[in-house]
Amino acid sequence: MRALVVDDSTAMRSVLRLIFKKAGFEVLEAANGYEALNKLTEDSTPVDLAVVDWNMPVMNGYELVTKIRSDERYNGMRIMMVTTESEISHIQSVLAKGANEYVMKPFTPDTIQEKLQILGLSAGA
Amino acid sequence: MGLGSVDFDYLRNLVRTHTAIVIDDGKEYLAEARLSPLLRKEGFSSVPELLQSMRVKSFSPLHRRVLDAMTNNETWFFRDLVPFEALRRKVIPEVIQTRGLSRRLNIWSAASSSGQEAYSTLILLHDNFPELNHWQVSILATDYSQAMVDRVKVGRYSQLEVNRGLPITALAKHFVQHGLEWEIAPRFRNMVDCRLMNLAETWPEFPEPDIIFLRNVLIYFDVQTKADILARVHRRLRPDGYLFLGGAETTMGLSDAFERVPFEKTAYYRPKGVNHVS
Ligand SMILES: C[S@@+](CC[C@H](N)C(=O)[O-])C[C@H]1O[C@@H](n2cnc3c(N)ncnc32)[C@H](O)[C@@H]1O
Repeated sequence: MRALVVDDSTAMRSVLRLIFKKAGFEVLEAANGYEALNKLTEDSTPVDLAVVDWNMPVMNGYELVTKIRSDERYNGMRIMMVTTESEISHIQSVLAKGANEYVMKPFTPDTIQEKLQILGLSAGA
Repeated sequence: MGLGSVDFDYLRNLVRTHTAIVIDDGKEYLAEARLSPLLRKEGFSSVPELLQSMRVKSFSPLHRRVLDAMTNNETWFFRDLVPFEALRRKVIPEVIQTRGLSRRLNIWSAASSSGQEAYSTLILLHDNFPELNHWQVSILATDYSQAMVDRVKVGRYSQLEVNRGLPITALAKHFVQHGLEWEIAPRFRNMVDCRLMNLAETWPEFPEPDIIFLRNVLIYFDVQTKADILARVHRRLRPDGYLFLGGAETTMGLSDAFERVPFEKTAYYRPKGVNHVS
């Protein structure tokens, strides 16, 4: 399974990379939505899960989700938001755009594992 | 200052006498970690000082708060997921068949901690079985800890807690945001009967449960206590009811009154000797 981690913080990307590697994913990284779209088109191997921050320069997470969901090449991709954004109206707006799960920062590694279980993407039980 | 063996043994005995929880040798660090957060509020400067003051007093509210603090309350929404899948795919459809006439469903979350197990169950019922809206569904949530019982009543969870195991759609649909906290909808809160209850002591009367959750609590007890509790669970559970234990728990070697029903990688239990529909 492949995950694309999209976050402008390198520290956060390395935390997430470790967690998703441990969960059995091959991990790609991008620093914003624009880079993420480039990564997706550069490489034709499908990405199973996009892990997306909200506030990023160049192209934010909300725009990225909108772009991914308007491109049928990515129909099978699941999207997990991982962000400090915690306003219910914002959460609802990105769910309406097609995000599948949502984790509010700060979080623990267990939290990610539990969300993967919800998405049916966890390697273990 | 470390915890001496006299203080540690006093604490272990106290915990065991009142909650049946067994604290193993070498777990002094656990006592320190659980009790340190209490010190300032209770007006002590160290854990040994706290314990020494308790030893010379008879049982007081302070003792009770210390016992509360010694319990492990970790829990999360839809914990382990598979038991809730079993509920959704097997147990509830069966119950709907067999209780169609009385239209009553009683659930007991024994050792409910802060209530995530009870509320996950109610969310699952609401989102998957609209026909139950016309039933009398109630859930009894009990715990040894007063702090936990109070939390279940209030039904408020921190951001860290709603992150854990709760599908985001369920959060968006069934909770109201209050700043950094999230409160479960009153509809669910009103279905929960929260009570203080010590599993190791005499149990009060309560409606005969169709489903009992007794998860992640037997692990803390000795074999005799586990067997005794399972025997009482068997007497209280409806003869055609269902029992869910934690992932590391089993009736094996403790009670032969239950039949194990495998489900995916886990199992639930039913009283033996009844012709169950399946
Ligand atoms: C780890 S939590 C389990 C919560 C939930 N059932 C779950 O599986 O996530 C254990 C709970 O058991 C409670 N407990 C411990 N000893 C108890 C006793 N003697 N009687 C009732 N509850 C007890 C603790 O207060 C704690 O809330």
